[in-house]
Amino acid sequence: MWDYAKIVAAGLVALCAAIAANYARDAAYLVHAIIIMLAAGVAFVWSVRQIDEEKPVAEIATGYLDGVVRYGVVATAFWGVIGFIAGTFIAFQLAFPVLNFEWAQPYMNFGRLRPLHTSAVIFAFGGNALLATSFYVVQRTTAARLWGGNLAWFVFWGYNLFIVLAATGYVLGGTQSKEYAEPEWYVDLWLTIVWVAYLAVFLGTLLKRQEKHIYVANWFYLSFIVTVAMLHVVNNLTIPVSIFGSKSVIIWAGVQDAMTQWWYGHNAVGFFLTAGFLGMMYYFVPKQAERPVFSYKLSIIHFWALIFLYIWAGPHHLHYTALPDWASTLGMVFSVMLWMPSWGGMINGLMTLSGAWDKLRTDPIIRMMVVSVGFYGMSTFEGPMMSIKAVNSLSHYTDWTIGHVHSGALGWNGMITFGALYFLVPKLWQRERLYSLSAVNWHFWLATIGIVLYAASMWVTGIMEGLMWREVDANGFLVNSFADTVAAKFPMYVVRALGGVLYVAGAVIMVVNLWLTATRGEPKTQATAAAAAPAE
Amino acid sequence: MDTYSLMREFADSWMLLFLVLFFLGVILWVFRPGASKEQRDSANIIFRHENSPDEDKAEMNPKEVRE
Repeated sequence: MWDYAKIVAAGLVALCAAIAANYARDAAYLVHAIIIMLAAGVAFVWSVRQIDEEKPVAEIATGYLDGVVRYGVVATAFWGVIGFIAGTFIAFQLAFPVLNFEWAQPYMNFGRLRPLHTSAVIFAFGGNALLATSFYVVQRTTAARLWGGNLAWFVFWGYNLFIVLAATGYVLGGTQSKEYAEPEWYVDLWLTIVWVAYLAVFLGTLLKRQEKHIYVANWFYLSFIVTVAMLHVVNNLTIPVSIFGSKSVIIWAGVQDAMTQWWYGHNAVGFFLTAGFLGMMYYFVPKQAERPVFSYKLSIIHFWALIFLYIWAGPHHLHYTALPDWASTLGMVFSVMLWMPSWGGMINGLMTLSGAWDKLRTDPIIRMMVVSVGFYGMSTFEGPMMSIKAVNSLSHYTDWTIGHVHSGALGWNGMITFGALYFLVPKLWQRERLYSLSAVNWHFWLATIGIVLYAASMWVTGIMEGLMWREVDANGFLVNSFADTVAAKFPMYVVRALGGVLYVAGAVIMVVNLWLTATRGEPKTQATAAAAAPAE
Repeated sequence: MDTYSLMREFADSWMLLFLVLFFLGVILWVFRPGASKEQRDSANIIFRHENSPDEDKAEMNPKEVRE
């Protein structure tokens, strides 16, 4: 019965999408309707072919659902490289504007590719990493198979469809112009459906757990899922102009809209890029170090302090604007307080290695994770500092902000994800070990040097530009025009782009290494697989 | 009183008090007597059930003593 319902639903969606494509009022909507029609068509054909096929029942009863984790790992690596290449390309566009090719206007200019880059790295690379690792971790730490049968597969494919819709929308000009929330109304609605399914899978698995206690990583993952759902729904309360067009109008106006946007924007950083990835840290760092986390007490306090403080920090994006002073002071104070739980978490992650520091020398994966946690500490020190109004008056609107974001994103999120991928691939494809450890070493150094080039050049150019903007002569006139700062930034832009090239090169090495591990790696011997007890 | 002032006053007083007390309560709860033993066990959850939900059902030995 359920199988037939799926076929009917897929067929109806494909039909409606075809009708919508016919009436489409703009290019983005037209292309999206066709993509949805094709996706629903594939789902339709696939479901028809499954009818009356025998289902492999035996494995379902006991084992973990790892197929979706494997797909998630592949998607993470794939989108990661795409997103890094897009970022490096737009970095070169800033240095050499001629790369905004005339023949590709307006589709490949900086303004359209920039959201493509941010969404590709945050939502496609980061989001798939969070999906895959959360599904992996929640099963192992609850000793339960994912709840909901194939619902996890729906979450994976649905989420990646969202990413394709978002990316194609940006290039075709379909955007609601809210940073990190650019996708238009129907894409937002689709993500809401997928996200509710994600929450159901995660909560359902937690509810049928065999372990009495819910391991701390799951708390972080759960807070990430719940908070992102709340942020996404509130920040995307829009009214479409037509159901056959992509344009919509947000229900807030003026400073309320700005505050809602940055309440969303900063908590996307706090709960998507921090809480979710801390879930990864609290599982993969202890696993790779083969030591339990340094202090479980600290991890619980870290969790509660982080979620109690982060939610208030958003107003620091709107210093010296129409936002009331009390609100921006509140945002600043909470941002400064956030420093404490952040460093508590960093210390907890780093000290997990106490007694196993020698692994830093021998294991490039643990080195990657340690550098990642180090960058977490550095960017969570830099962030509170930049949120102080006096500092912000210099740093705001400059490339210092971009440098800060990338020390967090490339250093913390990127490196912990690479570490998790290196941990997961041999396990998921039943391999004895990675294909090449020296390739991991290459990746580590390329990525680290890339980040250093990136962050250092952006500090220099950001502070320089901030100082140039505020420089006045003896009569109180501004000394520099905006174009003067742009010209002065050129060398730093080139260095930043070269840092990006190194980072991409490292990621490509990782993809090759993981591919060879999965296809040509030494298979896990039966003896080790059978004596499954994870002894030392 | 209009809705904004009403909610603002509630947020500044009772809700603030509730959230602060809840947070302090969490910290006290973490340090409650007997918590260390449970937390040691919880910290070692990641070393169990590596390959299937059914393995290591009996194993409850902490990997290492650590506060």
